[in-house]
Amino acid sequence: MSINKETVKKISKLSRIASNEEFENSMIKDLNSILKFVEQLNELNTSNTEPLSSVVDQKLYQRDDVEKKINEKKDILQNSPVKNENYFVVPKIIE
Amino acid sequence: MADNKFDYYLDGKTAKWEVIIGLEVHAQVTSSAKLFSGSSTKFGSDPNSQVSLVDAAMPGMLPVINKFCIEQAVKTGLGLKAKINRFSKFDRKNYFYADLPQGYQISQFKFPIVGEGKIVLDMPYGTKVVGIERLHLEQDAGKSLHDQDPENSFVDLNRSGIALMEIVGKPDLRSPEEVGQYVKKLRSIMRYLNTCDGNMDEGSLRADVNVSVRKQGSQQLGTRCEIKNVNSIKFMQQAIEYEAKRQIDIIEDGGTINQETRLYDTKKNETRSMRSKEDAHDYRYFPDPDLLPLVLDSEFIENIKKTLPELPDEKKLRLMNDFGLSSYDASIIISEKDISDYYEDVAKNSDYKLAANWMIVELFGILNKEGKEIKDSPVSAVNLSKLINLIKNGTISGKIAKTVFEQMVQKNENPEVIIEKSGLKQQSDPKELEIIIDNIIKKNQDKVIEYKSGKIKLFSFFVGQAMKDTAGKGNPQLINNILSKKLK
Amino acid sequence: MGEITKLTLVNLVSKIKSKEISALDACSDYVNRIVKSKKLNTFVTETLEQAISSAKKIDDNNLKEGILSGAPIAVKDLFCTKNVETTASSKILKGFVPTYESTVTSKLWERGAVLLGKLNCDEFAMGSSNETSAFGNVINPYKVNDENIVPGGSSGGCSAAVAADLTVATVGTDTGGSIRQPAAFTGIVGLKPTYGRCSRWGIVAFASSLDQAGPMTKNVSDCALMLDAISGFDEKDSTSANTKKEEFLKNLNRNIKGLKIGIPKEYIVDDMPKEIQDLWDKGISWMKESGAIIKDISLPHTKYALPTYYIIAPAEASSNLARYDGVRYGFRASGKDLNEMYENTRSLGFGNEVKRRIMIGTYVLSSGYYDAYYLKAQQVRRLIKNDFDLVFKDVDAILTPTAPSSAFKIGEKKDDPISMYLNDVFTVPINLAGLPAISIPAGFDKSGLPLGLQIIGKPFDEQTVLNSAYALEEKIGFKSQVKDWWM
Repeated sequence: MSINKETVKKISKLSRIASNEEFENSMIKDLNSILKFVEQLNELNTSNTEPLSSVVDQKLYQRDDVEKKINEKKDILQNSPVKNENYFVVPKIIE
Repeated sequence: MADNKFDYYLDGKTAKWEVIIGLEVHAQVTSSAKLFSGSSTKFGSDPNSQVSLVDAAMPGMLPVINKFCIEQAVKTGLGLKAKINRFSKFDRKNYFYADLPQGYQISQFKFPIVGEGKIVLDMPYGTKVVGIERLHLEQDAGKSLHDQDPENSFVDLNRSGIALMEIVGKPDLRSPEEVGQYVKKLRSIMRYLNTCDGNMDEGSLRADVNVSVRKQGSQQLGTRCEIKNVNSIKFMQQAIEYEAKRQIDIIEDGGTINQETRLYDTKKNETRSMRSKEDAHDYRYFPDPDLLPLVLDSEFIENIKKTLPELPDEKKLRLMNDFGLSSYDASIIISEKDISDYYEDVAKNSDYKLAANWMIVELFGILNKEGKEIKDSPVSAVNLSKLINLIKNGTISGKIAKTVFEQMVQKNENPEVIIEKSGLKQQSDPKELEIIIDNIIKKNQDKVIEYKSGKIKLFSFFVGQAMKDTAGKGNPQLINNILSKKLK
Repeated sequence: MGEITKLTLVNLVSKIKSKEISALDACSDYVNRIVKSKKLNTFVTETLEQAISSAKKIDDNNLKEGILSGAPIAVKDLFCTKNVETTASSKILKGFVPTYESTVTSKLWERGAVLLGKLNCDEFAMGSSNETSAFGNVINPYKVNDENIVPGGSSGGCSAAVAADLTVATVGTDTGGSIRQPAAFTGIVGLKPTYGRCSRWGIVAFASSLDQAGPMTKNVSDCALMLDAISGFDEKDSTSANTKKEEFLKNLNRNIKGLKIGIPKEYIVDDMPKEIQDLWDKGISWMKESGAIIKDISLPHTKYALPTYYIIAPAEASSNLARYDGVRYGFRASGKDLNEMYENTRSLGFGNEVKRRIMIGTYVLSSGYYDAYYLKAQQVRRLIKNDFDLVFKDVDAILTPTAPSSAFKIGEKKDDPISMYLNDVFTVPINLAGLPAISIPAGFDKSGLPLGLQIIGKPFDEQTVLNSAYALEEKIGFKSQVKDWWM
């Protein structure tokens, strides 16, 4: 499986990273070399192996249903580059 | 009015068409705090005032699950007679949108908490069983407002992170009417369980509606379109009608249906394709590495089973068997937990059937007229129960009771008091009635002879006279009995 | 003037507690060195004035209870520090000032340490040489022929700062070797605890199932003290291990007689430099001298660890970095609509290595490729963990080199991502298995650059790891050769 320009464009879109000719070319090169590198995993037969998604061997911690107010609106909005008193502001979304 | 056969088929140019509908209902879990954070879930608060660092996806933030939301999901699953999965996992659903601060939604993809179940609908043509595919827990998104500013949209994250149950129904529905009943029944079950308040105007319950069509008699499923985020039953029904016709027209004109996501425009009453027409979302689901698998032990599930209240279907059976109600009456009583609670309060001290009758006909009449819900009923269950007893024990007639009821609606007064004050007590003293009736018979000897010689219709004349002479308060049953005896 | 900053953390805290040294003097001496060391570019943000005033407060109010009383500590710029800019060495977080403090750093301040500033690192912890930072490279305090050398990565600012005595100790993060490899490259001690030992709350996430915070210190005792300070269950982190509180420094000892040390044959890689092999052999001798028993072991899936890591880590990263979109914090570029704004922000805000990893991560999770890549990698991860579980039935710890080479020249590996990734060949399997591992400085190569040895332990057995390291440290007798050439 190898990556071509069309795939790079599609992945860029999915990742919301703007792409141009230069970026696409460098990505094609780099991503293909990484993919080639990881392809060696196919040497292993894992058809009977359970995938491992966590190394933690304990029960999922569950918290009580208690309302906690930890921060104020201004704390949450504080770091936003574009905001008003009440909301985060973003360029218009047209559905 | 009582149709006995299902008949929702749409007439196309060339054939009759069947409509296939499957609903994905998003129900907000009733809980104090959000699914993975401790913020409040209250509706309608000041924008961005119920947003924690986790909800805002600040760097380094991590989810911690709310135990109660798990219980609510299991409870709902049990209410849907569904399989509770003891092992389930949380997955990330990755996509970008302004109301999704993490850039992914924590949901359940491969291993949902609840498996297959069912909902039973009472349709005019009989019972219909609608299959449930699964129920899973996921985070709700925030809200974006597009109409506050010409150049910008505003984002409010209060709703971001509230627990949702996504209930995926099988494509078993075949008409807008069935869809309406399905949503009502689902809502009713969750309100009985107190796991979701079902408030569609507040957005606690919304649905994505999947619609496809096929020629009547065909066994193949057509390509479906998904109408997203419809938040009222009426709109769902209108959207389905529009969309079904749209698809039929396309197919009959020789075209094919593109599988796509559409929006229902409530003003124009039409569905349109969503602007974000990019290639179908690739959500890249993978297990959320910030969470561990959810493993429920059977004791936990059993404990919840024990706490389940009586559900609508069971209650209906009990009302029919133990209370002698008709299927129709029972369906109405169980349709909302508030209604069935009210009924049981009335019926615990009075005649079951009269109670049902009075609620369905008289009380609902008033409530509908005044646009009220039963929780705002002007007449309390206690007082209605008293009124019914007064009818039953002959103190007043049914006809008089209606007058009394009208007064009760005004100020929820104890009917016994009203009757005393207005002197509306029924004349039920047999001796008194005998005297009155004897009098009538004496004064109408000619009619008596006519009656005795065969004009049985004249019986009602005597009844009428007795009513007149008792100023309407005569106990009709007694009058009938006495007259029957005396006119033999 | 130079004396205080040469003290170990354990000694410094002891002298501050006994009032032999004031917290203010300790802090001032570090501050004086920091202002003269800009050439090394170890700091992204300095909080020198606040440090001085905190130190003064400790003296004035005699707040000498904490186990880190008065210790002047700078931390990796991946830990969110309240009211102090936190950038993850990325343009996309420039200007972000958290309103909250990470659990790990909270513990440092609660125990009396003072914050000197935020240390430079590879952007979003992605790198092995600290050459991907948006704020410039970090220079290794060790030099070779007047050429600038990398300090390792991603915690390069951390390792350089400890080696150059710009902080008495620090905390870094390790996802594929980012504490251990830079520690080896700069001749200091670096420990990656067992996954779950330290809380991840408030640490800018890179790869959630691999990230772990850990101490980087001048010696093993300091490392044990720091681990005492920062470890512990955190209910705000669902992957935090609910284990009993331990006392690593108190239980630190050199008695490793009878301890079984495994030597994995698969770690003998092709083209292994002779110096690394020699160092490993020396390590084996030192272990034997300490009474340990050496056993040959096999970790058959070792060579598959790097490719596994380079699927799993970018996949998780691609999702963890989706929140950097210019809406709620950090840098925002303009765009005619929301998507364009996202694309421009992330394209301009992220550096090339980060973009590369996001792209790979997105690809391996995407429809049609998930099974072939991500699922496969998770299956191989289980095989790798099983390898360790099996050998740990026979041995108590494992000894390997930390890195396949000493530190290289700045710019030497920049153009070849795979060559850069190979730096992590000895460290990555440990992250995949979630085990604790330490790197201790064990010698020098012929250019005079430090070399490290790695000791890997059983889950939650940091004590054995520390004790083995403590025993070896004495035998090695490593002495820092850092000269203050940059001042």
